Amino acid sequence: MASKDAPSFRKQALPDPLPLDSGRELWGVEVAYESYGELNGARDNAILVFHALTGDQFVASEHPITGKPGWWERMVGPGKPIDTNNYHVICANVLGSCMGSTGPASVAEGGTRYAMQFPVITIRDMVRAQMRLLDVLGIETLHAVVGGSMGGMQALSCAANFPDRTDRVLAIATTARHSAQNIAFHEVGRQAIMADPDWQGGAYYDGKSPDKGLSVARMAAHITYLSEEGLTEKFGRRLQDRPDGSRGSKSFGFDADFQVESYLRHQGISFTDRFDANSYLYITRAMDYFDLAEEHGGRLANAFGNANDTRFCLVSFDTDWLYTTADMREIVHALNAVAAPVSFVELSAPYGHDSFLLDVPALDRVVRGFIG
Amino acid sequence: MNRLRPDLAKIAQHVPQGTRVLDVGCGDGALMAELQGGKGVDARGIEIDPAEVEKAVARGLSVVQGDANRDLVDYPDGAFDVAILSQTLQTAQRPDFLLYQLLRVGRTVFVSFPNFAYWRMRMALLFQGRMPVVRHLPVSWYETKNIHHLTIDDFLDLSAEMGIAIEDSWFFAGGREIGGANANWRAEHAVFRLSR
Repeated sequence: MASKDAPSFRKQALPDPLPLDSGRELWGVEVAYESYGELNGARDNAILVFHALTGDQFVASEHPITGKPGWWERMVGPGKPIDTNNYHVICANVLGSCMGSTGPASVAEGGTRYAMQFPVITIRDMVRAQMRLLDVLGIETLHAVVGGSMGGMQALSCAANFPDRTDRVLAIATTARHSAQNIAFHEVGRQAIMADPDWQGGAYYDGKSPDKGLSVARMAAHITYLSEEGLTEKFGRRLQDRPDGSRGSKSFGFDADFQVESYLRHQGISFTDRFDANSYLYITRAMDYFDLAEEHGGRLANAFGNANDTRFCLVSFDTDWLYTTADMREIVHALNAVAAPVSFVELSAPYGHDSFLLDVPALDRVVRGFIG
Repeated sequence: MNRLRPDLAKIAQHVPQGTRVLDVGCGDGALMAELQGGKGVDARGIEIDPAEVEKAVARGLSVVQGDANRDLVDYPDGAFDVAILSQTLQTAQRPDFLLYQLLRVGRTVFVSFPNFAYWRMRMALLFQGRMPVVRHLPVSWYETKNIHHLTIDDFLDLSAEMGIAIEDSWFFAGGREIGGANANWRAEHAVFRLSR
């Protein structure tokens, strides 16, 4: 990621050092965030949206680097299911990321960038940093926390560790524990980054960034976000038009013959414009460490013992093979065991894990009904 | 009560104010909405059909998509004051197990079901020799969800066998409440209030 011409982000410095699950403390933490809609006089209409692995705080406004619309504009905005006419929506860049919040690319005490000296963080650390942001903003209790994928992990972690901070928890396409398969895919991505000679043990900030490795990591991950059905429908075995004008023929070489190859390459390359490779290492690590039951004596229901008056809504998608309906049912079972008020529905959508970001009208109705 | 089915209206009428209620097979949540709005009840639901769950959640209710035969075991003992099973007992894999689970999670249980011994059913079976397709059981045998047809007397027998206390009962025919005399002949539907 080109850091020299980084845009200026709206940020808040945390007044105290942030304690981390690793036992370390992080000093001088800054949290970048965006907000939408007015906070009311009682300060009780705030909704915190947690973003996913490669997401950012620009949930409902233009991304300053890519110029693309906010990543969840279909869900958040005036008159949208999370209606900014009624609610004050906050979205913060997670700790460890690279859109203004403190992460491995940040400058540490002593004037050099952290790189791999940045402490390994957890999902709970990310949530803790955002709770500290709310403290500074003077928001004690949220109307709701909302998140999909890694955002959903943060929402669940918030319910488990800060049960008094929110009245509602909406967790979409997520899990209470990263599975061996989830970890395995992340490890492929991390190895791709670390195998790139430009990575240089993470100390690449003054030179060339490991774009090749990061791009391969993104390509591998991107496959897991889509369904086979979706890929087949979008690309099938169709061949790419070639630069020399020959249409739809095999090159008998290793260019991107298939449309799906060309699509993945594009996804990989464009990702490197907006994301830091070390952030990718740290955040995927945090997801792999996530096991909500393990944090609470090995029993998931224990995690929610103090959240039994919090309202939960969980949504899975039938084509999501990354975080499956079975994963989400485990959370439902745990919530039932503490008799928490919980809604759960598996929605039918063709897009795999990414369904939560895409056009699924049933999701809009569920979110609108739950948020109220 | 705005247009609830008569068995649901009867149940809604008898659920005490401000209780915790689990509606098993809650559909789109019509009864839950009624209870929550009118009686300050804390209502939860289980429904197997995702389209119905989506409707219920969209109206702001707490409903879990799931199968009561499997999922009720997750709930702790006595988690609810009232558990409701309307028109679902005859679809259960093991109605006796389901009743046991309902009485475990709820202190009071309301159960409603269609009575297979209603006289029109008896006549249809006697004279036509085929599984009856009638107003209150309108689906043919091969596509009905009802896999365990029962009669009011069957239910009374099972309750006695399981040591279930029957606290009250109501009977319906032609969409109206009828008296309890010869209910096993005269009633299309029955509603029971049970306790352990």
